[in-house]
Amino acid sequence: MNLTLKVWRQKNRNTEGKIVDYQVKDISPEMSFLEMLDVLNEDLLRQGDEPVAFDHDCREGICGSCNLFINGRAHGPESGTTTCQLHMRKFSDGDTIVIEPWRANAFPVNKDLSVDRSAFDRIIQAGGYVSVNTGGTPDGNEIPIPKEIADRAFEAATCIGCGACVASCKNASAMLFVSAKVSQLALLPQGHVERKTRVENMVAQMDKEGFGACTNIGSCAAECPVGISLENIAILNREFLAAKATSNNLV
Amino acid sequence: MFPESKIPEGPLAEKWDKHKFNVKLVNPANKRKYDVIVVGTGLAGGAAAASLAELGYNVKAFTFHDSPRRAHSIAAQGGINAAKNYQNDGDSVFRLFYDTIKGGDYRAREANVYRLAQVSVNIIDQCVAQGVPFAREYGGLLANRSFGGAQVSRTFYARGQTGQQLLLGAYSALSRQIAYGKVKMYTRSEMLDLVVVDGQARGIITRNLITGEIEQHAAHAVVLATGGYGNVFYLSTNAMYCNATAAWRAHKRGAYFANPCFTQIHPTCIPVSGDYQSKLTLMSESLRNDGRVWVPKTVEMAERVRKGEIKPQDIAEDDRDYFLERKYPAFGNLVPRDVASRNAKQMCDEGRGVGSTGLAVYLDFADIIKRTGAEAVSQKYGNLFAMYEKITDEDPYKQPMRIYPAVHYTMGGLWVDYNLQTTVPGLYATGECNFSDHGANRLGASALMQGLADGYFVIPYTIGDYLASTPPKPVTTEHPAFKQAEADVRGRIGKLMSINGTRTPDDFHKHLGHLMWEYCGMARNAEGLKHAKAEIQKLRKEFWSDLKLSGTDGELNQALEKAGRVADFLELGELMVDDALDRNESCGGHFREEYATEDGEAKRNDDEYAYVAAWQYVADNQPEILNKEQLTFENVKLTQRSYK
Repeated sequence: MNLTLKVWRQKNRNTEGKIVDYQVKDISPEMSFLEMLDVLNEDLLRQGDEPVAFDHDCREGICGSCNLFINGRAHGPESGTTTCQLHMRKFSDGDTIVIEPWRANAFPVNKDLSVDRSAFDRIIQAGGYVSVNTGGTPDGNEIPIPKEIADRAFEAATCIGCGACVASCKNASAMLFVSAKVSQLALLPQGHVERKTRVENMVAQMDKEGFGACTNIGSCAAECPVGISLENIAILNREFLAAKATSNNLV
Repeated sequence: MFPESKIPEGPLAEKWDKHKFNVKLVNPANKRKYDVIVVGTGLAGGAAAASLAELGYNVKAFTFHDSPRRAHSIAAQGGINAAKNYQNDGDSVFRLFYDTIKGGDYRAREANVYRLAQVSVNIIDQCVAQGVPFAREYGGLLANRSFGGAQVSRTFYARGQTGQQLLLGAYSALSRQIAYGKVKMYTRSEMLDLVVVDGQARGIITRNLITGEIEQHAAHAVVLATGGYGNVFYLSTNAMYCNATAAWRAHKRGAYFANPCFTQIHPTCIPVSGDYQSKLTLMSESLRNDGRVWVPKTVEMAERVRKGEIKPQDIAEDDRDYFLERKYPAFGNLVPRDVASRNAKQMCDEGRGVGSTGLAVYLDFADIIKRTGAEAVSQKYGNLFAMYEKITDEDPYKQPMRIYPAVHYTMGGLWVDYNLQTTVPGLYATGECNFSDHGANRLGASALMQGLADGYFVIPYTIGDYLASTPPKPVTTEHPAFKQAEADVRGRIGKLMSINGTRTPDDFHKHLGHLMWEYCGMARNAEGLKHAKAEIQKLRKEFWSDLKLSGTDGELNQALEKAGRVADFLELGELMVDDALDRNESCGGHFREEYATEDGEAKRNDDEYAYVAAWQYVADNQPEILNKEQLTFENVKLTQRSYK
C-alpha cells in the first residue's frame, strides 16, 4: 500500500520542530510500523537526507524504547500494543498517518521522535527498590507469598516504562508509572519495611520532575500497552495517605 | 605463551570456596579510592555495577540506551535455572553442572561451570529479596518448570517475562546505588575504544549519542558486560542495537576472542515473512514443554499446505510426522536447541517445510488445549500466544504456530580466565560477552543464570584480587594513551562520515548477514566457509569505499552509530569464519557437514579439538594468531551426546 506520513522533525532540544510530509510506497501489510519507518529512512538516507530519529530496540514489545504518538494515540490505533508490535495491516492503502513524539514537559525532545525519559529513572532512584545488598539474603522459600499476591505484584511489575501513560494524559501525569512500582513493592512482604518512605520519596520526585497531577480520567490505563491497571493509582493514593498520616516527616 | 586460565587447585567442589579465601582483599577504607568502569547495564553489568558500588568502589556505568532498564536481557522469556532441588526430583549442584557441561558438548571449563551451578542458588535468594515476583505455588512457595534439555524442574520464572523481572531487579539495585552517589550513570553513551596504559586497562573512550561529544573516562579497572554478537547475522532475535563494538575494540587492544564460531540457533522463532524484516522474534523454548513439533509426512502434502489448499488442523494424525518424538523418544520435543534446530532445517531441506516460504515447521498445542483447556494454557503462555497473533495474524489456540530456527545467542566471546579477566590485565568480561560457561551450546534458562552469577557473585570477589595489587592512587586521563585512543576514534568517525558513497549501513549489514547465515549458520562446510571469507573481505573493501551517511557527527545520528557497528561486524564475521574453518569437527551449535555420524548427528573429535580457540589480533587485514587452551575433564566422562 501507499501512504502519506506527516512526521514531526526537530533538530534538537533547543530548536523548534515542524511536521514534514513524506510518501512511502509498496508497504506490505505484514510489516511492523517501525519496519515501515525503516523503509522511509533508507529512502531518505539514499537521497542524502537525514533519516527520522526514533527510539526502538527489542522490537518485541518489552524494552519500552519505542514511543510514537500515531494519529493522536500513544502507540497507535491498536489497544494493548507497543509501536513495535503494531503492524501495517491495521492501516489501509492511501491513509495519511501523523507521527509525533511523546508530548510532555518532563520528556524534552532529543531529536525528531526521540525524547528524554530520564525523569522516570530518577523517580525509581528516589525509592523504587528494596534496600538489600548482594549476598546475605534468606533462602527464597523462607518468604512464602500467597499466589494471588505474587500474581498481583507481577501484574504491576510488568510496566515497561515507555511513558505512554504520560503522553496520553491531558495533565502529563506520571501517576500510573509511579503507582505500578509502588504497588508492586507494597504488595510484597519484601517491600513492607520501606513502604512509607518509598511512596513519599517517589511522589516527591515525580512532582519535582514537572509531571502533572492526576485527575482520575484513566486515559493512562486505557492506552497502556501492557495493561497496567488504574487500581494501582488507588493503591498509591492509599499508601501515600497512610504514609503522610503516620510518617515521622510529619510529626 | 598462553595466559593461564588460573583454575584453582583441588577437588572440583572446593575450588571456588578455596579461591575466595585465597584472593586478596581490598581494605574497606581503601575501596573508595578505586574507580571501576562498567560498560553495559543488562543483567551482568547492572548486577556488577550495583554489587561493586555496595562494596564501596566508585563505579562509572555506561549504556547506549536511554535507561539501564532497556538492556536486551529484558527480552528473555523462559526462566532462570538454579540447583535448588525444591521439587525433590533429584537435582543438585553436580547435576546442573553435569547437564551444562554435557549440553555444551564438552567444550567448556569444568571449574567455571561448577562455580556457576554453585552460585545459581544464591541468585534466586537475591532476586526474591529484591522483590522479583517469581511464579508461586498456592502454598506460597516458588514454582518451577522443566526447560529444554533438562530432566528435572529447576527453572524459576515470572510468566513469560523472566528476563524483564530479573533485569528490573538489577536495575532497582543499580538505581539505589546511583541515588547514593556510588554509581555515576552515563546513559546514551557508547564505548568506542579501550584505553590501555602500560599493558593495563585504564579507561575507555565514549561517544555521547545525543551530542556526538567524544569523552575520555579513566579507572583502575574496566568491566565489559556488553552482550553477544548475534546481530552479525543481521536477522536474529537480538535487539536492534545489540552489537560487538565494545568487545571488538577491546579485542583489537589485546583481548583474545574465544570460540567466535560458537553461535546458537534457537529452534522456536517466528519465521521470516519478507525482505523488509528487521529482526526475528523468539517464541520461548518453554513452549516445547507442551507444544508438539511436526511437519506433514510427505512432500506432496507439505506442498498443498504451502499453497494454502489444506489447513494444518485438517491433516490427519497419520499424515503428520512428529519428527523429534520419532527420532528422540527419550527427550522428544525437549531435545537441546542445536538438535531441535538442525532437525527443523533438515525437514525443510527435504521439502516438508510449511508456511508460504516452506521455511517453517509446526508447533502444535491442540493436545494440551484438549487436555487442560484453553484457560490453563493461557495462564502459562498467554503473553506469548498474544505476541504470536500480533505478528502473524494467526490464532495459536486454533491453529498450530509456525516456527523456524533463528540466531539467538553467542557462546563465543572475549576469552577470560577463572577470574573473568581477559588477556588485558584490568579488563574483565562478564555475561554473554565472555566465552566462559556454555561451551559449544547453551542450555535454556542458563543465560540469565550466567549473567547474574558473573555480576552478583563472581566479579565482586575476583576484581578485588586485581585491585588489591594496584596502588590506590587516582587514575587520570593525563596519559598520552588517552589522547591517542581519542584521536583514533575521531579518525574513524571522520573516515566514515567522509566516504560519501551510495550504500547505506543497513544495506551492507543485510549483505553480511546473508553471507553469514548461508555459509556460517546452522550447517557449515569448508568450501562454503572459504567462499564466505573471500566475499566478506570484498564486502569490507566496498564498505570503506561506498558507504553512504548523512547529517553530521555532532548530533544524534543513528545511521552513523549503525555504520560503526557494521564496520566491526565485517571484521568479526571473518574471524567467525576462520574459527569455523579451523574446527574440523562438529560440536554443539557448530555443525560441520563433513563431520557427522551416520544418522546425521554432530560428531566431535575430542582428541584434536577439546580446546578453546582464543584468537589474537595482530594488525588490520592480517590473519589472527590462534592460541589453544586445552580443556581437561576430570569429573565427567566425554561421551557422544545422545538424546534418543
